[in-house]
Amino acid sequence: MDNIIIILFQVFFAFGIFILISLGLAIIFGMMRIMNLAQGEFIMLGAYMCTLAWRAGLSVWVGFLVAGVAVGGFGILVERLVIRFLYGRIIDTLLATWGLSLFLIGAVTLIFGPQSESAPSPLGNFHFGNLNIAQYSVVMIGLAITMVVLTYILWRYTRFGLMARATMQNPSMAETLGVKTNRIYMLTFGLGSALTGLAGAILVPYAGASPPMGIFFVGKAFITVITGGHMALLGTLSASSLFGSIDGVVSFLASSVMGEICVLIVAIVLLRFLPRGITGGFQKGL
Amino acid sequence: MLKLDRRQFIKTATGALVFVSTSGLLKKAGIAAEKPIRVGNILDKTGSLNIYSLNQIKAVAMAIDEINAAGGLLGRPLELFFYDSQSNNQLNSQYATQALVKDKVHVLHAGITSSSREVMRPIVRKYNGLFFYNSNYEGGACDRRYVCTALVPGQQMIPMVEYVVKELGGKRGYILAADYNYGHITGKWYQKLIRENGGEDIGLEHFPLDVNNFEPVISRLQTAKPDVIWLALVGSAHVAFYRQLHAAMGTKKPIMASTCFDSGMDQLQLSPDEAEGVIVSTAFDDDLPKKSARDWIAKFHKYVGNNDPVGTYGEMGYHGVYLWANAVKKAGKPDPDAVIKALDKTTFDGPGGLYTIDGKTNHTIMDVHIMRCNRQRKYDLIRSFPQRQPIDTQAVCDLFKHPNDTTQYEPKL
Repeated sequence: MDNIIIILFQVFFAFGIFILISLGLAIIFGMMRIMNLAQGEFIMLGAYMCTLAWRAGLSVWVGFLVAGVAVGGFGILVERLVIRFLYGRIIDTLLATWGLSLFLIGAVTLIFGPQSESAPSPLGNFHFGNLNIAQYSVVMIGLAITMVVLTYILWRYTRFGLMARATMQNPSMAETLGVKTNRIYMLTFGLGSALTGLAGAILVPYAGASPPMGIFFVGKAFITVITGGHMALLGTLSASSLFGSIDGVVSFLASSVMGEICVLIVAIVLLRFLPRGITGGFQKGL
Repeated sequence: MLKLDRRQFIKTATGALVFVSTSGLLKKAGIAAEKPIRVGNILDKTGSLNIYSLNQIKAVAMAIDEINAAGGLLGRPLELFFYDSQSNNQLNSQYATQALVKDKVHVLHAGITSSSREVMRPIVRKYNGLFFYNSNYEGGACDRRYVCTALVPGQQMIPMVEYVVKELGGKRGYILAADYNYGHITGKWYQKLIRENGGEDIGLEHFPLDVNNFEPVISRLQTAKPDVIWLALVGSAHVAFYRQLHAAMGTKKPIMASTCFDSGMDQLQLSPDEAEGVIVSTAFDDDLPKKSARDWIAKFHKYVGNNDPVGTYGEMGYHGVYLWANAVKKAGKPDPDAVIKALDKTTFDGPGGLYTIDGKTNHTIMDVHIMRCNRQRKYDLIRSFPQRQPIDTQAVCDLFKHPNDTTQYEPKL
């Protein structure tokens, strides 16, 4: 019985982590088709913003908001200064964002030093049978799900969401109908960045903040979004559930390393048989 | 960390070499005109392993400066060549070759991880150089061109395991180690020593250096219920383990004992709750209750211009350079082959105590201290073991009898 609870917890937790690290990328790469190799560093920036806010005496929860807003703003800046000149030029975007990634790692190391920083988990733990679970782990899962739901609502039920979807599907048609696509691109990229920064902040009490931390996440994020396929939200959600289940079960029964290996094997096999991702065969949706 | 005046910025930006002997200093010492003796230093200034290197880089520079200010070595100035290996073994190989072939260094002080050491050891042999490795490791590397000035399991782990198993009652142990040669061999040592002390090793797991999710193993730990967690986790990603363990188990954590928690000064990256109680075994610490240690820390702080904690890996770089310099004095010339002949019984009375090179193994006899991390994130001394011999390596390695041996011996279970 204990084992079943542990495995269920591990599955949900792994699912939450996959959602957190890939939701921002689902928008930036899944919807906008921008190969943002600096995605991991956006996570890292969010983490640092959160520790900064915490150091300034704010609570960690406020730190999350600060991180979301700050990294969102930074994303808009990056879009205006770099990305907007490179729409549709995948290789150039890739190089530019890779450069940006190296620059950010270097800059953060220079300013904050190479050691990792952290803001302690604001919550205690609770018992579940014989098992102690950090309350914060449960909060992380909850926050991840909330972020997906809010993003879905924004996309599906608001005017901004409608215009953004139109722009991503057919920019020239959207423009003809009076949508300022330029502005929509900028805001969408900003939104993706904000979600990424927020995720980085949420990860702080769990993984800390250090200059190279982005590297630990960026690969997983891309694999999740690509396996998800062309429907960025639904795809990311389903890929996260799949990978989360595999990672959670295998990591507990064997080891974390085996968990990651199994996720990669499943991703490769899946993309061999469903080259357009899990949602590749679906006609419409998000 | 956030304070960043202009001077600090330049220091950070230009690296260790800013610290090192200016021509002014050499002139003052009257040795500017002599042909320099060249010292190579390859360490990780950047990347996830730099938590071990940063103070060692400065301490090596400080030792070189001191020797120069005191009139140099054999009347010649020391010239330092620093190379940033960026936590990347490929660069260790590239820079070791460059240092020996192009820059023609007389000695190489280099390496933090065992993987980087094993990359460089054959290169040093190939070019007939001399290699000082100033870092604790899993022991057993037997090679006359290679000198270890830090701790091996016979010095570090034997007293710690005995103390924890016998005196703290940590019978059932679960071992968590990094996933490369250091973690694998250290894991075996833990198993061997736990069993020899009448304990039980109920689990052994390895983690690649980029793993920062320890939730699954924390769940497994809770089902296995060990009395003690034996640790050999390495690098900044692994520090997350202590955070996640504390978040899940709070004050119900088992005893924690680590071979390298203090080397990377992991405690500074954690909150007092997360770091308190970790037991370490070390040759040096800032808070060692000893005059030589206090004086040296004060000197180091003055040299680098701040009061940040220094740690054992800083001190190792310092006594490593002095042990080499004393061997050069004994040999009368800096050529590697002459210095190697003079290594046996070379001593240095350093910040942590007396250091003596054991010529049979080219490892170093020194004091060892068991310490415990407190809520101020400093270490309290529990017990000292004076002048411990590297007995694990002495049991397998005899360079007097087999000068051409180059094997790294591993423990047998």
